[in-house]
Formats: sequence, structure tokens, C-alpha cells
Amino acid sequence: MKIMNCPLNGPRNISEFTCLGPVHDAVDAQSVGDAAWCHYLFYQENKAGIIREWWRHTPSNYYFIAERHTVTDEIIATYSASELPRIENKS
Amino acid sequence: MPLTLLKYGLKRDYVPHREIPATPDLRRRYDVVIIGGGGHGLAAAHYLSKYHGIRNVAVLEKGYLAGGNTARNTTTIRSNYITNQSIRFYKEAVSLYEDMSHELNFNVMFSQRGQLTLAHSEATLRSFHLRAEMGKHHGTRISVVDPRQVKEICPHLNMDEGGQHEILGGLWHEDGGTARHDAVAWGYAAQAARRGVEIHQRTEVLGFDTSGDKVSAIRTSRGTVSVGHVIQAAGGANQHVAKLAGIDMPIRCFPLQAMVTQPLKPFLHTLVSSANLHTYLVQSSRGEIVIGGGSDPYQLISTRSTLDLKEQLAHGAVQLFPFLHNVKLLRQWAGITDMTPDYTPIMGASPLKNYWLDCGWGTWGFKATPVAGKYLADTVANERVADILLPFSLGRFEKMALINEMGATAASH
Repeated sequence: MKIMNCPLNGPRNISEFTCLGPVHDAVDAQSVGDAAWCHYLFYQENKAGIIREWWRHTPSNYYFIAERHTVTDEIIATYSASELPRIENKS
Repeated sequence: MPLTLLKYGLKRDYVPHREIPATPDLRRRYDVVIIGGGGHGLAAAHYLSKYHGIRNVAVLEKGYLAGGNTARNTTTIRSNYITNQSIRFYKEAVSLYEDMSHELNFNVMFSQRGQLTLAHSEATLRSFHLRAEMGKHHGTRISVVDPRQVKEICPHLNMDEGGQHEILGGLWHEDGGTARHDAVAWGYAAQAARRGVEIHQRTEVLGFDTSGDKVSAIRTSRGTVSVGHVIQAAGGANQHVAKLAGIDMPIRCFPLQAMVTQPLKPFLHTLVSSANLHTYLVQSSRGEIVIGGGSDPYQLISTRSTLDLKEQLAHGAVQLFPFLHNVKLLRQWAGITDMTPDYTPIMGASPLKNYWLDCGWGTWGFKATPVAGKYLADTVANERVADILLPFSLGRFEKMALINEMGATAASH
């Protein structure tokens, strides 16, 4: 069984979690053009390497961020969404 | 006969007939280059060379012939879709399979034995009624059956009366069937090669040279070739290859896992699937039970299997056929599926004028092998997207003209 480290609940079985897809920038639905709106809805990160994703610990409904390698299937890091701006600024 | 055989056996310089010639050196120019030596690419090569007289064609394959998703799928052929565009397209796929052994002069072992999809809830049954009516409207053989009929069609099923997964009915699709995946790819490859198409195995595409809005040359691991037209049919690598050409794709990759058991006496005549259990089963002509199921729960670009998913497949199989509990597994594998947001492929034009797409085949590509090949060849020969492919364009996302086929497979939801 694969173990994921939940920032709130500690290490848990990965079957307790739901993957919600890659982190991407929000757009303003009122002002955005068709092409950018389409891109926001349908185009997601799919690289062979480390990607940053939203995950949820399903029983506690806690949302957080995980960094995962899509080729080796390794979980590199997990952290609270509140740390996201600080980490994105650094990278 | 035995004497002739003996003569050949003793002859020192006897060269056996090769249906797929060894990989030749790359020429400097091809009228059409097909990226991807899987079923779809080889079918396109066949149709180009046989029906359009375009024979200066190269198929570039990074690995070996048909070793990607053509070899990793579970060979279900069916047309029980729910939108007009899809049913029309997949119905033709089924009819092309019916004639394929004759077309290719190669036995693809097409076995049209019907597919039974099971309903374990009232909600599923309701969706089956809609699906059946859509299919009937287009002239496919499909109907909703009650538990008694399910038992008649597939007597070995565990009906689980009163249990958690009680079978309340099914969707009986008589046009459904299966074929030998290697034979399909080899049949197309042999026919295309006989007409002069070059198949370049172990030839990786590294990049593209463009002039204006056209691709002028392809850089490969074995040299650069200039091209008239390009067809991209690269399976799990579609997003990667499109990126090399500067094209963004709404694709995410998920592994899809499957496995086969040891051979058993024939008992399962139909293809059986259950979306609730994320499981589908078919008995191959060798007697092995092929078990397929749900995609991995998060995206990966890897063909490594996981114990979790294999357990899930085994659980579904044993729920439907409890007597399989002590059967041994022979082989297991995973393929990388290129999933689109609406579970429908992306075919036809791209932002580059001479670059044609055959992408986003996710978990539903094998059944479309002949029809995709046929109309891609048609598209390239006429330099105009065939009418039947128009709804599947890359541009549909921007126009919000999605074709939702999420419920069409037991694989991914």
C-alpha cells in the first residue's frame, strides 16, 4: 500500500485520498476571453516529471497540495495550501 | 508436400518470407510520414497505399511495431455510444472489423459474440434505456435485457440476488466483439509494406522544422526527413509529440491496467462488463480470461502496474464469477492512456496546415483502428478533413462543442 503524508492527519493509506488535478492559476470568469477560458477549463499540466496537485483527505475533507513525480510515482512533498504562494514565489 | 518441405529445410540459402521487412535507411523525403507504428498509424498507411495510391509513406515508431497501446488494450469492439457523432463513427468501425480478415487477407480472429454490460442500480438501468434507444435509432443491435435474459445470455454470472451488487438488468449489444490485436496491426503493416510503405522501428521523433504554418521536416534519432504531410498517431506519447510540434493538447495521461488468467475451458461466450465494479472480462480464443478495469486514480506517465489496481480487478472478476477465485494469473500489464476532458478522441486538423491529428484515444482506441485509419487517409489524400471526423476536431473545446462519452466505458469512472 502506498502511504501519503497528510499535512493535517499525518501518514495515511493513499486510498483515503482523492486527487483533484494539477494546480493552475484561476481566471476571472467575467473578463476572460474564450480562448483563455477554454484553456483554463480543459488544458492541464501533463508533464513527465514533478507536478503540483490539489489533493483531499476524503474522510476529514481536508484539501492540501502534493508534489508528485509522474514517472516514478514518488510523492515528493505535501503541504498546506496556505504555503502555496510562498513556494510558488520561490520556484 | 513433405518432399518440398525437406528440400527447403536442407537448402542453405533459403530466405524465409518476411511480411514486415527489416527497417531500411530513411529516405530524404516522404509524401506522408506517420508518427506512431501502432494500429491506427498502420491502418492509415494501409488505406493511403491501397485506396489513394500514396505509397511514398514512412511509419516512424519509437519502440517496436504495435508495442504500445495496441498491445496493451483489452480488444473490445463495440458501438454502444450515446451521442450521434460517436455512434455513427464507431458503427462504421464495427462494420470494418466484420470485413477486416478479408480486406487484409490475414485472419484477425474477429469474433462477434456480443457485449453484455451489467446494471447494479436503477440509475444505471435508466441510462441503458437511453443508450439503447440512441443505438437503435442508428441501426445498431442493442437492447435492454432483464435479469432472466441476462442469465440466458451468460449463465455463469453471479446474479447476487439481494446482495450489494445484485444484477438488475443489462445492456445487450449484439454487434460487440473482439479480435486479435497483434493480427490487426500485423495485417495492416503487411499490406502497407507490400505496397511500398516503409516501417521504421526504433526511430524516435526528436523535433520538427517548420516554415510558415507548415511542417517542412522531421528530425528523428536516425536522421532528418522532409515531408509533405504528417499524421500523428502516437498513443500515450501524443501530448509529448504534439508539444514538439508546438501544439498544446487538452490531454492528461493515466495508466490503464489489465491482466489475464491461466487458460480455462471455454465458458464465457460474451464480453461482460460492469461500470459499477470497474471490471470487464472476455475469454480469449486461447481460453485465458482477460480482465480489464478502471484507470489509475491519479495521472502518471508510466507503464508500471500497482497491486491496488490489480486487487480491484480481481475483486470485480470474483464478484461476477466467484469460481474464478482460485484461478492463477499468467500476465499483467499497464498502458499509458491519453485522456481527453470529454472522453472523445481528437482527430483532424491542427494549427499546422499539413499536420493531422489522431490523438486522445484514451481507453477506447482499439475498436476505432480501421475507421480512424480510413478517414485519416481520406483526409490527407484530399487535404480536407473528412466529414465524419469534423465533430472530433481540436477546435471543439474552444467552441464548447464537447462530445461527452464519459459513460461509454467501464474503464474510467
